[in-house]
Amino acid sequence: MVDKVLTANRLADGISVWLDASGNWVESLQDAFVARHAEAIAALEATGKRSFDENKVVDVNVIDVEEVDGTLRPLRMRERIRAEGPSIAYAPGYHGLSGPKFAA
Amino acid sequence: MYRYDEFDHAFVSARVEQFRDQVQRRLSGELAEDAFKPLRLMNGVYLQLHAYMLRVAIPYGTLSSRQMRMLAHIARQYDRGYGHFTTRQNIQYNWPRLSETPDILQELASVEMHALQTSGNCIRNVTADHFSGAAADEVADPRPYAEILRQWSSVHPEFSFLPRKFKIAVTGAERDRAAIQVHDIGLHLKKDENGRLGFAVYVGGGQGRTPMIAKKIRDFLPEEDLLSYTTAIMRVYNLYGRRDNKYKARIKILVHETGAEELARQVEVEFAKLKDTELKLPNADIQAISAYFAPAALPNRPEGWGNLARWKKADPEFARWVHQNVEPHKHPDYGMVTISLKPIGGIPGDASDAQMDAVADIAEEYAFDEIRVSHEQNLILPHVALADLEPVYRALVAAGLATANAGLITDIIACPGLDYCALANARSIPVAQEISNRFGSPERQAEIGELKIKVSGCINACGHHHVGHIGLLGVEKKGAELYQITLGGSGDENTSIGEIIGRGFEPEKVTDAVETIVDTYLGLRRDRSETFLEAYRRVGPQPFKDALYGGNAQEAA
Repeated sequence: MVDKVLTANRLADGISVWLDASGNWVESLQDAFVARHAEAIAALEATGKRSFDENKVVDVNVIDVEEVDGTLRPLRMRERIRAEGPSIAYAPGYHGLSGPKFAA
Repeated sequence: MYRYDEFDHAFVSARVEQFRDQVQRRLSGELAEDAFKPLRLMNGVYLQLHAYMLRVAIPYGTLSSRQMRMLAHIARQYDRGYGHFTTRQNIQYNWPRLSETPDILQELASVEMHALQTSGNCIRNVTADHFSGAAADEVADPRPYAEILRQWSSVHPEFSFLPRKFKIAVTGAERDRAAIQVHDIGLHLKKDENGRLGFAVYVGGGQGRTPMIAKKIRDFLPEEDLLSYTTAIMRVYNLYGRRDNKYKARIKILVHETGAEELARQVEVEFAKLKDTELKLPNADIQAISAYFAPAALPNRPEGWGNLARWKKADPEFARWVHQNVEPHKHPDYGMVTISLKPIGGIPGDASDAQMDAVADIAEEYAFDEIRVSHEQNLILPHVALADLEPVYRALVAAGLATANAGLITDIIACPGLDYCALANARSIPVAQEISNRFGSPERQAEIGELKIKVSGCINACGHHHVGHIGLLGVEKKGAELYQITLGGSGDENTSIGEIIGRGFEPEKVTDAVETIVDTYLGLRRDRSETFLEAYRRVGPQPFKDALYGGNAQEAA
């Protein structure tokens, strides 16, 4: 079975987030909870639906990942770019998803 | 330029307050996402991969310095210090917080700007020739008509829920710089044999997954019939346009399936009913709107000719920039300046807040306070005296905005692609950057001459790849990016859709492929005066296929 994580965008600012093991939405994919069996995936989906209904996040999706040398890597490039931010140097002081304004 | 009247101010302000209430209700949970999404889209707020995106309308691409400074302020205050100018002459911000978008819209309203109808199945921002009001080859300034269309189409109750989005472009010159033949409606402002103003009307052009060149359905429509005839087209489309399949919902499909002749007949039937109604434009109204666009009084500055010759002799870099980025103005002492937003290896269309402020300052001091956004993702100063070109150039150099590449191989259009866009399948920007770096030397660019490369990260074709002399379309194949190349496209008065040249190329091979195409062109052109497009039209795809695929040309497609 392919490993899965739950991802979404935060409602208020739209920033990409992933669900961690404590049920919090965090800004780093590497902190995400990895579901490795059907029950865990069902739990992810249920949590995603609840968070959506509670207006915390939007665009909730379960995505496929693999673990490579201890690092989580989404299988689709789209999700890799979502996790790492734009692959280009888009503005001084900002890299990928992080920057002075939004740094955790 | 157009100034809001009392009604405009009240209308835009009311919309801001309405949206503020909607956002508050969404954040409090009172409004569910399904109900809110269409409301935010109506106000230009999208959700992309990393964050929300706000698309701000720049009607027909015209801005004042005050408005440009506001765009800079928003980039600095609410975003990450930059904005992205688009192929629809708009600007997009990539990192706004939903909670702050009402404040952004309020700030925009204070300088007579908004984000209405930059999304949704409605009539979008009307675009126009970026050299309007300045070009020597223009019959008349098309922007008053674009403004009339903007006012007529804004929250038009009948046309707010069309089968699909709808894009109109207007040009006032024979040389089409607004790509009117790849728009839902393209209007070519011209004069008839009696000197009356009117329009050749094109319908059903577009790019996307089914690229089509528009069909001319009227050779001359008198200007007073602009709204009644456009309404007739919209009614036919609204009635018969397909709503069962999103991918077949644009008017180009209706024109294709109905046939241009029959569609023109249907439009004429509607038009006959509307022709003598309140939609007929009174001449006084046309004059009143045109007055807003009256050309600035340009004093004669004949000293510029001598100065320019001296400056060019003294500074080859300046001479190169003038040669490439300055075009003749209808006033002989003036020029139209293209400010390239395509620095070598940079991100096409992006400008920092400091750069936007710098352009605003330069426009205020030297260019009659007027700035344009081109659909090729550059900025334009339409009226600059030749006598002021040197200080303008120095100021642009200081702001990192003096790249001398307008119309050359590094003046690449690229959509945001998979670096930002939720619809994209592949990245566009890094591909454009690598090509720009490869061909960045001024000598090499000059040797190649005019060559338009356009890159899209998905089949929706926001990067206009179908009309690129060389078009690149990013697709996802087996989880990886792949770039399909089209050749021979063009978005001017001789519009053509590029032909797919063969199988696609991996990201690390696509720049080499472009270089092979360019080298093939250089090897077969008759002389330096034969552009890439002319050469391609003369020889066809075969020499390029041979060069790219060798004996395996059958692998093509």
